[in-house]
Amino acid sequence: MGLEEKIPDGIALTTVDAMVNWARKRSMWPLGFGLACCAIEMMSTFASRFDMSRFGMEVFRASPRQADLMIVAGRVSNKMAPVLRRLYDQMPNPKWVISMGACASCGGIFNNYAIVQGVDRVVPVDIYVPGCPPRPEQLIEGILKLHKQIESESLKDKPAPRKTGEAAN
Amino acid sequence: MNTTSNIRPLYEIAQEQAGGSGKRTMTLSMGPQHPSTHGVLRLELELDGETVVKCTPEIGYLHTGIEKEMETKLYYKSIPMTDRIDYMSPMSNNLGFCLSVEKLLDIEDAIPDRVKWIRVLMTELTRINSHLVWLGTHALDLGAMSVFLYAFRERELVLDMYEMVSGQRMMATYFRIGGLMDDVPKGFDKTVRKFIRTLHDRIKEYEDLLTNNRIFQMRTIDIAKVSAQDAIKLGLSGPSLRGSGIDYDVRKAFPYSDYDKFDFEIPVGQNGDVYSRYQVRIEEMRQSLHIVAQAIDGLPEGPFRAHVPGVVLPPKQDVLTKMEAMIYHFKIITDGFKVPEGSVYVPIESGKGEMGYFIDSDGSNIPNRVRVRPPSFVNLSALGEMVKGHLVADVVATIGSIDIVLGEVDR
Amino acid sequence: MRGRFSAEIVSEYVHRGQLSFYVHPDSIVKILTALRDEKSLRFDYLADICSVDHLRKKAKTNERYEVVYNIVSIPNSFRMFVRIRVSAEAQKIPTLCNEWPCANWLEREVWDMMGIEFKGHPNLTKIVTADDLEGHPLRKDFGIKYEIQHFTHTKDDPIEVVPDNPFH
Repeated sequence: MGLEEKIPDGIALTTVDAMVNWARKRSMWPLGFGLACCAIEMMSTFASRFDMSRFGMEVFRASPRQADLMIVAGRVSNKMAPVLRRLYDQMPNPKWVISMGACASCGGIFNNYAIVQGVDRVVPVDIYVPGCPPRPEQLIEGILKLHKQIESESLKDKPAPRKTGEAAN
Repeated sequence: MNTTSNIRPLYEIAQEQAGGSGKRTMTLSMGPQHPSTHGVLRLELELDGETVVKCTPEIGYLHTGIEKEMETKLYYKSIPMTDRIDYMSPMSNNLGFCLSVEKLLDIEDAIPDRVKWIRVLMTELTRINSHLVWLGTHALDLGAMSVFLYAFRERELVLDMYEMVSGQRMMATYFRIGGLMDDVPKGFDKTVRKFIRTLHDRIKEYEDLLTNNRIFQMRTIDIAKVSAQDAIKLGLSGPSLRGSGIDYDVRKAFPYSDYDKFDFEIPVGQNGDVYSRYQVRIEEMRQSLHIVAQAIDGLPEGPFRAHVPGVVLPPKQDVLTKMEAMIYHFKIITDGFKVPEGSVYVPIESGKGEMGYFIDSDGSNIPNRVRVRPPSFVNLSALGEMVKGHLVADVVATIGSIDIVLGEVDR
Repeated sequence: MRGRFSAEIVSEYVHRGQLSFYVHPDSIVKILTALRDEKSLRFDYLADICSVDHLRKKAKTNERYEVVYNIVSIPNSFRMFVRIRVSAEAQKIPTLCNEWPCANWLEREVWDMMGIEFKGHPNLTKIVTADDLEGHPLRKDFGIKYEIQHFTHTKDDPIEVVPDNPFH
């Protein structure tokens, strides 16, 4: 309608959704949550050769309160499952989960009394990365897929932020 | 639940926990999600101020039931499981399991020399791999970030060699009962020689960064001292035992896989503190390189699998052309092989210490019991004794120095 | 040594070059400390304590379990195995915690995984298995609890758990 012509130079138009998603995508802080073998591959993903800081993700947080991405790297035992759920509850919204490796995704080669057959029974999972353990390139691919997913999210669809005192702890 | 009004000074909580009994300690739970516990270890620390009065490790957060799982599988199908016990040194685990089953089958003499030498080569590379991860994470815990990046840079070179021989980066599953998966590829010796030259220089770099670093020395010297007698009583093994001055290495004491034909030394520490263990491991990397160099120079020619019909797979060419070989191949893959009754224990020296497989067979094609002697498990049980009287920050240094891997502790 | 403990030693054998002794359960502490203190032997390194369940061949021997102590003499570079048979009923055997501190966790693991009790152990509690797990996983009558995987889990198609691994 000729509106664009009237905008002065140096101003761009966008939606709030796109802007928020862009910000979330570009500064994702993963929780340093290594469980088993895959944790070592996760470490190499963030170390010298593969260098996740290219995607703005090198800041591993030790505290779940400061993280918004949980990479479940390794097998989840029945003893660990409640701890994992609690860490997930402690993370602030919005939060995402990547299930890294066969064991976290479906139990992998361990099908017995001790291992949870898939972490999706404990927490909701956004991206499954296959492999035993996945190569760092695979994890990067998974993270890039997650970035794409975040781009297409809308603020309307996200659950309302929890009220104070509602958190598990 | 925790609102602002609930936050109270720590000394009040400590007093409340003491319950007026005159005890001035407070209990702090460290882990299972903690960046410095190298996995999912949980420590219950009883603190007086910042001094550790009592430290109780709690484990089991990674209990996988591997020993039970192995009791339900054919012998050769257990090899991938062994990789995932100690995931820092997968090939050492493979070797231990394969040697045990070979001993049980009594086919040790049939193993070709080439197989033994390649096994030595790969397990020594595995030791370097394990020590590099240890060096990186240990230094990271003590505040030296750059060593972590350097150590992981060199670790990638080891993983490249794994990938060359087996096709997998980490969980190689390269060894088989009675041989190897395949021969080493063309050009492997060039890669190994190049790696030896590179790592020799790089170890010097690590030492420049750490050995005379004052902060590192202050964090490690005289921390978590263990005397020689205590080390034996506590059952320590590997570099943790040798750091206390005891010259016990399975490679020398109970040579396996032709280790007696190699020339190498066992580095031994003096003080039994965190710094001694660091020195022992750094020197061990050099010795491992020395062994790797000998193995690649003197690699004998020959087949990469033993000739034991019915137990070891026949060569692929024979399977495609000869009826008998094809039947053996089919039988082994579908039905496994029967193992004579009895039990053996074969120890090997993995990067962490004495790792051994105790296998009890009842004469069928499935083991009756597989027991892994976990070096990390026994070393970790000594942690409580080691850190008594030290500060909380030293607990982190001590955990790093005994080099545990939780997959092996919990199995 | 053999002469001194001729009453306690049940049998001895060598399998694949590895020396094993079967001894009476009650005398285990006495024998192991004697082996440790004897100047010429010095079996002072307790490498491992491990348990075996012989349910499948119980018909032959009456005792179901077996505990294997794996001791090493570092100066002599010699390893041997001292074994005790434990029947299913009277399952208590003496602890080694007072002599070797490392036996503490090893015995706890044996108890947790196999259910063999140790007399006089200071802290015989679960060590690796989950707190809500009942039973001792390494016993032969404890099923592995294999979960048959389905692609969907609905009300009509629930998760199915079978005691044994159908594919081995």
